[in-house]
Amino acid sequence: MQFMLLFSRQGKLRLQKWYVPLSDKEKKKITRELVQTVLARKPKMCSFLEWRDLKIVYKRYASLYFCCAIEDQDNELITLEIIHRYVELLDKYFGSVCELDIIFNFEKAYFILDEFLLGGEAQETSKKNVLKAIEQADLLQENLDFQIRLFPGVLGPNVSAESSGLFQS
Amino acid sequence: MSDVVEKTLTALPALLALDSQPGAGKLSSTSRLRHLIRSITELTSKHEEEKLIKKELAAIKDQVSSPNTTMRQMRELMVRAMYCEMLGYEADFVYIHAIKLAQQGTVLEKRVGYLAVSLFLNENHELLLLLVNTVLKDLQSTNLIEVCMALTVVSQIFPKDMIPAILPLVEEKLSHPKEIIRRKAVLALYKFYLIAPNQVQHIHGKFRKALCDKDPGVMMSSLHIYLQMIKENPASYKDLTGSFVTILRQVVGGKLPLDFNYHSVPAPWLQIQLLRILSLLGREDQSMSELMYDVLDESLRRAEMNHNITYAILYECVKAIYTIHPKAELLEKAARCIGNFVLSPKINLKYLGLKALTYVVQHDANLALQHQMTIIECLDHSDLIIKRETLELLFRITNAQNVTIIVEKMLGFLRLCNDDYTIIDLVGKVAELAEKYAPDNEWFIQTMNVVFSLGGDLMQPDLPSNFLRLFADGSESEEQDRQLKLYAVDSYLAVLKGDCSHLPQRFLQVISWVLGEYSCLKEDVDQQEVIRLLKKLLEQRGVSSETRSWALSALTKLCKGPGYAELALELAESLSSSLDTVLRQQAHELCLLSQDSQLHARVLPHPAPSDNLEVDSSLSFLDGFVSDALAAGAAPYKPPHQRQEELSQQRALSLEPYGLSLPVTMSSCTLTDRQSPTFLSMSSDLSGNSTELSHRTGANTLMLEGVKRVWGKDGYIPQKEPSLTPAAVDEPSDVVQSPDQQGAAETSLPEPEPEPPQLDQEKQQLASSLFVGLGSQNSMSLLGKTEVAVPRFRRKARQHESASTSGTSESSSNSSHSSRSTTDSFLYGGLLEEEPATPIQNSYHTLKPTIANGSHDARQHSQMVSSTSENEGAATVSAKEDKQANSSQILGSDMVIVRPSKLAEESIVSQRNCSKSLPVAFPHSSDSMVLQLPSELQELPHSDVVSLTSDPHLSVSCCRVFREDALLLVLLLFNPTETALRDVAVELSCEELETASLRGNVMECLEGRKSSVCRYTLLMERPHTQVAFTGSVSYQTQPGHTHILPFSGKLSTADFIRPLMLNTEEYGKLWLSISNDVKQNLKLLTGGGDPLRATLNALKDSLQLHIVDIIGSEGIVACHLLRGGPCLMHCRVHGASLAVWLRSPLPSLPDCLLYHCQRALQEH
Repeated sequence: MQFMLLFSRQGKLRLQKWYVPLSDKEKKKITRELVQTVLARKPKMCSFLEWRDLKIVYKRYASLYFCCAIEDQDNELITLEIIHRYVELLDKYFGSVCELDIIFNFEKAYFILDEFLLGGEAQETSKKNVLKAIEQADLLQENLDFQIRLFPGVLGPNVSAESSGLFQS
Repeated sequence: MSDVVEKTLTALPALLALDSQPGAGKLSSTSRLRHLIRSITELTSKHEEEKLIKKELAAIKDQVSSPNTTMRQMRELMVRAMYCEMLGYEADFVYIHAIKLAQQGTVLEKRVGYLAVSLFLNENHELLLLLVNTVLKDLQSTNLIEVCMALTVVSQIFPKDMIPAILPLVEEKLSHPKEIIRRKAVLALYKFYLIAPNQVQHIHGKFRKALCDKDPGVMMSSLHIYLQMIKENPASYKDLTGSFVTILRQVVGGKLPLDFNYHSVPAPWLQIQLLRILSLLGREDQSMSELMYDVLDESLRRAEMNHNITYAILYECVKAIYTIHPKAELLEKAARCIGNFVLSPKINLKYLGLKALTYVVQHDANLALQHQMTIIECLDHSDLIIKRETLELLFRITNAQNVTIIVEKMLGFLRLCNDDYTIIDLVGKVAELAEKYAPDNEWFIQTMNVVFSLGGDLMQPDLPSNFLRLFADGSESEEQDRQLKLYAVDSYLAVLKGDCSHLPQRFLQVISWVLGEYSCLKEDVDQQEVIRLLKKLLEQRGVSSETRSWALSALTKLCKGPGYAELALELAESLSSSLDTVLRQQAHELCLLSQDSQLHARVLPHPAPSDNLEVDSSLSFLDGFVSDALAAGAAPYKPPHQRQEELSQQRALSLEPYGLSLPVTMSSCTLTDRQSPTFLSMSSDLSGNSTELSHRTGANTLMLEGVKRVWGKDGYIPQKEPSLTPAAVDEPSDVVQSPDQQGAAETSLPEPEPEPPQLDQEKQQLASSLFVGLGSQNSMSLLGKTEVAVPRFRRKARQHESASTSGTSESSSNSSHSSRSTTDSFLYGGLLEEEPATPIQNSYHTLKPTIANGSHDARQHSQMVSSTSENEGAATVSAKEDKQANSSQILGSDMVIVRPSKLAEESIVSQRNCSKSLPVAFPHSSDSMVLQLPSELQELPHSDVVSLTSDPHLSVSCCRVFREDALLLVLLLFNPTETALRDVAVELSCEELETASLRGNVMECLEGRKSSVCRYTLLMERPHTQVAFTGSVSYQTQPGHTHILPFSGKLSTADFIRPLMLNTEEYGKLWLSISNDVKQNLKLLTGGGDPLRATLNALKDSLQLHIVDIIGSEGIVACHLLRGGPCLMHCRVHGASLAVWLRSPLPSLPDCLLYHCQRALQEH
């Protein structure tokens, strides 16, 4: 896998992980182009895209788009399942995950991703093991850090979509 | 305690800011981030966001540099900085602090620090070096979490040069008791392997240990490394095939812990990884493939649940089955599986089905036939991605019959498409198909017009130059050429008459060149009109100066004669103030040329010479100037690469912008030659454009390093018919086909779903036009479909015209050959009966050298016997003919031609001189006795002894002995008289050959009725189609009475060709390294057996070629010129002809070789 992007329906980047060395300028350009392309696609369309010399695999969960770039010979379907497993992991960890969980705890989302994919390859596919590893590290965390749960309504009406669970749709 | 106070303090402002909101009491240290995020959400404009983030970053900057900031605060700051970076604002001032945090923080802070490092920095960042120590320390830590974090960051980014520093520690972790550590260590090594394979070369043994790890997770991680290593070198890991098969069998059989299940499918990632590895190991290896048939079958069988993940496995399985050595039963199952994909209502699966079909269709076009209706539906799919993939599939099955419709579909797609990458790719494909399969000129030109206007200036630059080259080189038929040119001129005039302001520059350049070159062919067109249009183009706004330069060159060509002087003057004047020096110069040239028609005719001769300009690329004519300049103290010239190297060495000054401008741009070379700038640059540039061409088509031109098509005759192909019939039964037709569609129905299958009849009929028609011609020649392609030679626009083989000989002699031998070949076929049968003994004896002779070579199997052997005896027959015919025509010629009864073709022999024979009316000087019997090769040479492959000349005192014959290192020319001198000859001296010379006399060229005395042998080794330095040698023998019959007997003969390239022993893999590498190439179609020998094999064997017999491999309808052949470079041939059966593609580092060798191949086949 070359990189993974998470972005919202409004085109806001929520998470980015690059497994190939690229300059910041290049990264920004790719992100901009891809977000545009993917957002323009209709819901019933194919989850795969040919983009430059790469293959893009994307999937939408509620208001969030998960988007991976793979090489041509890679398996598109399994990439789709990688995305799904990642969402499952997030869901288990946060408990019915929503976009806001990821916005406010993006570093946690990164930790989970790093435990699941390492250097662009699936490292540990067992849900239990990934979460065990994360929790072990979390246990060290003093309880000064409050587990962040969001309070719907706090943020005003324009973010309500973001607080609906990813698995709801 | 202080911690708590601090926390409260930092939280205070946030508390104050938010206290009006519910839930604010639960604020934590991350509240700043929350606050930031919330504020951003509330903003309405990008500008406001920018202002806010700027403020935020300033605050962060302030805090991180304050000495009072604790690590805890730093962690919080870091998270905010990461957030700002994600929004696209640079926060590079925190990078160093991220490293510090990873270095000094507690576990938690470290974790954020490492994360920040991996997000902020990339592999080449200088600051990364500062991380090495931290990683080193953490790897040695007793805290597992710290070790894990260190390994995680190492597997993501690590400076390449510092790998040795931590490698021992990572290696050590491979035997750590915790599997998570082992797993991460393996992945870290994988990363090292990717970025610096040499660094981890010595620990391959440890990889094996990881592969045998008791924890499946660790084993699975090690597969990443193995996949990579096997990809690079499958041969060294064949011994592991059994293990991989066993692992896969266990996984498929559900032997792994349930933890590894994903939606109740056992370890799908592991399965897919293993399937990939197996397909690499089984490719082109029957014994390995046999090991995996069972497990592949089981995988197919087990993956039956209707879930994406099972489809992922199935897809990988199908790919593996089609990659490894074929097994009919599995292929059938895989084909059915592809069917499930293609017919699936799920769009993702459909896409993969199409992709699989595209992969498979080259091996088995019938699969495309089976799904033609689905393919047609996909062609009109609303999702462009599906359409695109369908076109890709159609591209692979294009042939001369369906090209129009497929190209139409592709152009239709192009019109809708706005993605540059896709346009470049598709435009290249359309151009390729058009050139290859164009049904007529009109279609070709019109298609190319669309290609040029759609592809615009995006397309690969070699596309227009290839197109022009097609015009310039011409094809085999002159009339067709003329038609093509005329049509192009017509079409372009029409284009220019319209509005051409929107046309891409490249198209305008092509138009200009063609008009300048060929508009005079068209009599009914007023040249003034052409000139007017070109002038209009020249003056048009928005036209680039490069295009102007092309238009001006065209005008220069057209403005000949005094009638145009005024116009030329006018142009020159208007352009004399142009800022573009190139244009100014060209205008000036135009002005001068138009005044001097003689000069014009010399500089721009018409018709343009069809061969390439001789370009003195070494610029030797400047030698004097250079030496003068050097003598005057000028610095010696350094080529650009050397200059750049030196520049990069002295890094103190970065002169990159200057370095970049070094390559001379096309427009800067001013040429008012007949050749287009591109054309000239191509002909002078030996590297040619073929490499670019292969890059252009990218993934589709698999070339040799791509997937090999392994289904040979014994593979899937016999299964074709059975697979057609059951499918027809499976899907009974709901449609009664009209009689006129019966033809289509024979090759096509009825579509699976009933549809409205009207629509259905349309689709049926589309299907029959799309899939016509499939299945008949659906063999696999060795180099990928895209490389097939050009059947329609057959480029003329550019004959290498050597300065002295070839011009006339070639044509004369050609004509003599053609007249002869007809008589040959006419006289053939009868003559064989007349002289039954000769052929038999001949074939006996012939065999000797071949056996000595020892490279023939029995079948080829017998074939060769027959072919050579045929040759002999023909040779005897011509000999006979010669006798009849000119009785003076002496021909021995044992005139056996082993190889090369007898034509070369004839040309030797045909060189006659003096003493024409002499009777046969000696009886045949004695001749055959005397004129024999020395015994040590008889073992070597050799031609037969041919008489060169004779006079009453001496006869000279020659024989060519094909030594491995050189051609040995043996001259046999025979004294038929009774008196001895004194002071016999032989001289031999040949300009084009490197000659060395071995022995026997001077002797004191040649006794009566005795013979003497003298030998020369010859080497051809540069390929010539034919070279002549001349020589003389001087002797004295009586003292003081010197006779001189001149002789001459010819040798052909074929004499200097030797087989080049290569295997397929070496061939592939060599092929890619050579860029000079020539394509041509040759006659395919028919009658008896496999035509390809027969043709190649015939070629091999008459020229010394080495057949590297024959796979299906393709064969690869290699040979080399003695002391010269190799020449590789790729042959592919194309209808009734053999499309041959030759590559050689010697520019003229392919042409020479082709010439001899043609003759050899015509002789056959």
